[in-house]
Amino acid sequence: MENKAYANIPKEKFNFVKGRDRSHDAKLETKARSYMRDAFSRFCKNKASVVGAVIIIALVLFAIIAPFCTPYTAAYNDTYFRFTLPKNELFAQTNFWDGCSAESMNKQSFDYYYYMGEETGHNAVKNQQYQKRGSLYSFRLDSYHKTGCIYYNAEEWEYELIQQYQDETNIQVIYPTVSLSDRPSSASTRNDANYYYKTQSRAGGTEIVYDANGDIIPVYASHPVGEEGKDGYHSIRVEGDGEGGVEYEYARRTDTGYEIRINYYEYYIFYHSYYLKDGITQPSFLFGTTSLGQDVLTCLASGARFSFLFAIAVAVVNLLFGAIYGAIEGYYGGKVDLVMERVSDILAAVPSVIVITLLQLHLQNAGSVVVLFIAFFLTGWIGMASTTRMQFYRYKNQEYVLAARTLGARDRRIMFKHIFPNALGTLVTSCALIIPSMIYSEVNLSYLGIINLSSGNLTSVGTLLAGGQPYLTTFPHIIAFPSVFLALLMLSFNLFGNGLRDAFNPSLRGTED
Amino acid sequence: MYMFKYVLKRIGLMIMTFCIIMLMCFVLIKLLPIPINVGLGVDKELVEANLRARGYYDPIMVQLFSYLKRIFTEGDFGIGVNMPGYVNQPVLDAFLTRLPPTVLINVYATIIGVPIGLGLGILAALKKNKWQDHTISTLVILLISVPSIVYAFLIQYIFCFRLQWFPLMMETGTDYFSWEMFRSMLPAVFSLCLGSIAGYARYTRAELTEVLTSEFMLLARTKGLTRGQATVRHALRNSMVPIFPMILSEFVAVLSGSMIIENIFSIPGVGMLYLTSIQVVDYDFFLLLSGFYTLVGLLAGIIVDISYGFIDPRIRMGAK
Repeated sequence: MENKAYANIPKEKFNFVKGRDRSHDAKLETKARSYMRDAFSRFCKNKASVVGAVIIIALVLFAIIAPFCTPYTAAYNDTYFRFTLPKNELFAQTNFWDGCSAESMNKQSFDYYYYMGEETGHNAVKNQQYQKRGSLYSFRLDSYHKTGCIYYNAEEWEYELIQQYQDETNIQVIYPTVSLSDRPSSASTRNDANYYYKTQSRAGGTEIVYDANGDIIPVYASHPVGEEGKDGYHSIRVEGDGEGGVEYEYARRTDTGYEIRINYYEYYIFYHSYYLKDGITQPSFLFGTTSLGQDVLTCLASGARFSFLFAIAVAVVNLLFGAIYGAIEGYYGGKVDLVMERVSDILAAVPSVIVITLLQLHLQNAGSVVVLFIAFFLTGWIGMASTTRMQFYRYKNQEYVLAARTLGARDRRIMFKHIFPNALGTLVTSCALIIPSMIYSEVNLSYLGIINLSSGNLTSVGTLLAGGQPYLTTFPHIIAFPSVFLALLMLSFNLFGNGLRDAFNPSLRGTED
Repeated sequence: MYMFKYVLKRIGLMIMTFCIIMLMCFVLIKLLPIPINVGLGVDKELVEANLRARGYYDPIMVQLFSYLKRIFTEGDFGIGVNMPGYVNQPVLDAFLTRLPPTVLINVYATIIGVPIGLGLGILAALKKNKWQDHTISTLVILLISVPSIVYAFLIQYIFCFRLQWFPLMMETGTDYFSWEMFRSMLPAVFSLCLGSIAGYARYTRAELTEVLTSEFMLLARTKGLTRGQATVRHALRNSMVPIFPMILSEFVAVLSGSMIIENIFSIPGVGMLYLTSIQVVDYDFFLLLSGFYTLVGLLAGIIVDISYGFIDPRIRMGAK
């Protein structure tokens, strides 16, 4: 080789590397995607999970908003409006969601309901429409009006107040009463205020007596016109009063006040809108009422609200404790792990029913919510702990952890700054899956009556289910709405959780594209 | 030998866990005051004297010793104190008379559930990503998510009340193998097995699709087996390896999960007995039944782990 011993290389022989387009540290054109954002975008691609998330949001909104939209509370109940069927005022003229049930009865039973409406205009037979088939009458029985009239013992002031209300609104609440001798003689119907007409007793009940035209014969208590009545009544009178030289009597004097015959529907409106002024304008229950006369919608919403709040609170506490426990187990390993694992093994093997029963027996002074909270905490954190522990075993021997330790990071810093974020995705997922299972076991326990959560304004979906179960065949609506709620909740949380799990799973990254 | 050691270790651990739990239960229960609900015409002092004679007022450690002694020497788990229908009766006898309905319902649920679940899972795996698979997957998600309490109500309302195919409640009596009794058990059996059907189907589908794509399946096809032959002889067998333990443990686990179903269909089973013992606070019943449920739960866990090793020679658990 010829040795070209250049003394110096001329300047023009040099040129900059940059100009030859060989730069390796070009600035990245694309935007960096964080772990969370990546998971979120992958979650959004899964349609079923998004639907699940939407349903969850809807259910949560229902639980939050619904109690504010109804005037009722979970503590409200009205025994005369027990088992009323779901009714929406918008559907009142259709045959669906109108609070009525299709019935078929013989003439005597039918007339009992039919003449309720004839007297007061509150039609127990919807629109007084019926079809006669043979000896049977088919009609729609309005569960809001079928109580009709009742005998009610009012004190003097209340009697006056009702009359005042009647004068102001021109709505008839008090109807002419029936004297004791004219009331049905059989014990079961003796106090039935809907027999305002002539009846006779018959084997097994009371029979309506008809006149020659097939009409009923009213037997209102009365006194001749001009004579002072003993009822102290001075308000509006029903149609036909004063005809035939008699005036009807509207009350019967008792030792404590007056026994009046009132239409319960109108009395209810009076009682709530005029006397209590609690915001209830008329009885109308979107989801119907329970066997105790509670509003199903309100009970369901407040039960759901409790369930959500409770499940989230327990999940947060479990997450905190489980994560710390699992982190210590996984990070230190060895003997620490062995001992701690045994403890959680034992706790995990105890059926939660046993824990709750024992806690309840020991902490009789504490409320059932506290008992339930402790019990769910005692058994619930184990799943979280084992998830965290697994993640720690996976990551604790990686090089970057070693690097951090070499740089002098303390154990605590390594655990929670360097390793723990890796476990976050799995933990979020297990949180999403643990919330429905918590709600479900809370519902189960209160359904089985092991724990009683209903007191005052607090109630549980499980209590609602247990209360409705005996009436499954007769009034399925009591159980239907909580069941649908529960099914929707479980389904949506499952879809949501599955989507979340796939989204947080790095091994599935890019497989969908 | 590895296997043997492993099984011994697991069983030893299980027994230890069980003993600790029961010990805690025993102590916690004995710390509570003794509730005596005296019926009409029964002398309270007499009842108290009776309990005192049985050692209810001794120190807890003495009680524990005599409790264990009675169990191991006489098979005596105590007597009912407040349990309606079982006052002053041996707890074990009551438990044994209530066991058959619970076990029978579980057996029926397994007999019905396993073939349907496996069938659906196999169908879904073979028709992967076709409409059959999508239908089955949707069904599985639905059945797994909707809690059994809801479809128990649904079954009761539709099949028992509306269509009147089955009676609303289980027949009374102890003639467990008569047709009438079987028919009255069916709604409970269905509500119990729907969830496990979905579980089996999902699991089978996942396992079978994995096996179907593995390389020995390709070999089987290359050596001349038809698709059916290859699936039945090679794929199915291999996919059954993890499914079989699951069936076993599901059977055991369901035993403890049927409390709700027993309540809805008023089945006079162990679950009902347990609930009543909690409501009336009867400690001997509670102890025995808690032991039963704890054992059932522990067994369900251990069965999976152990049978994996026995069934699949590839898995050598416990091997270092």
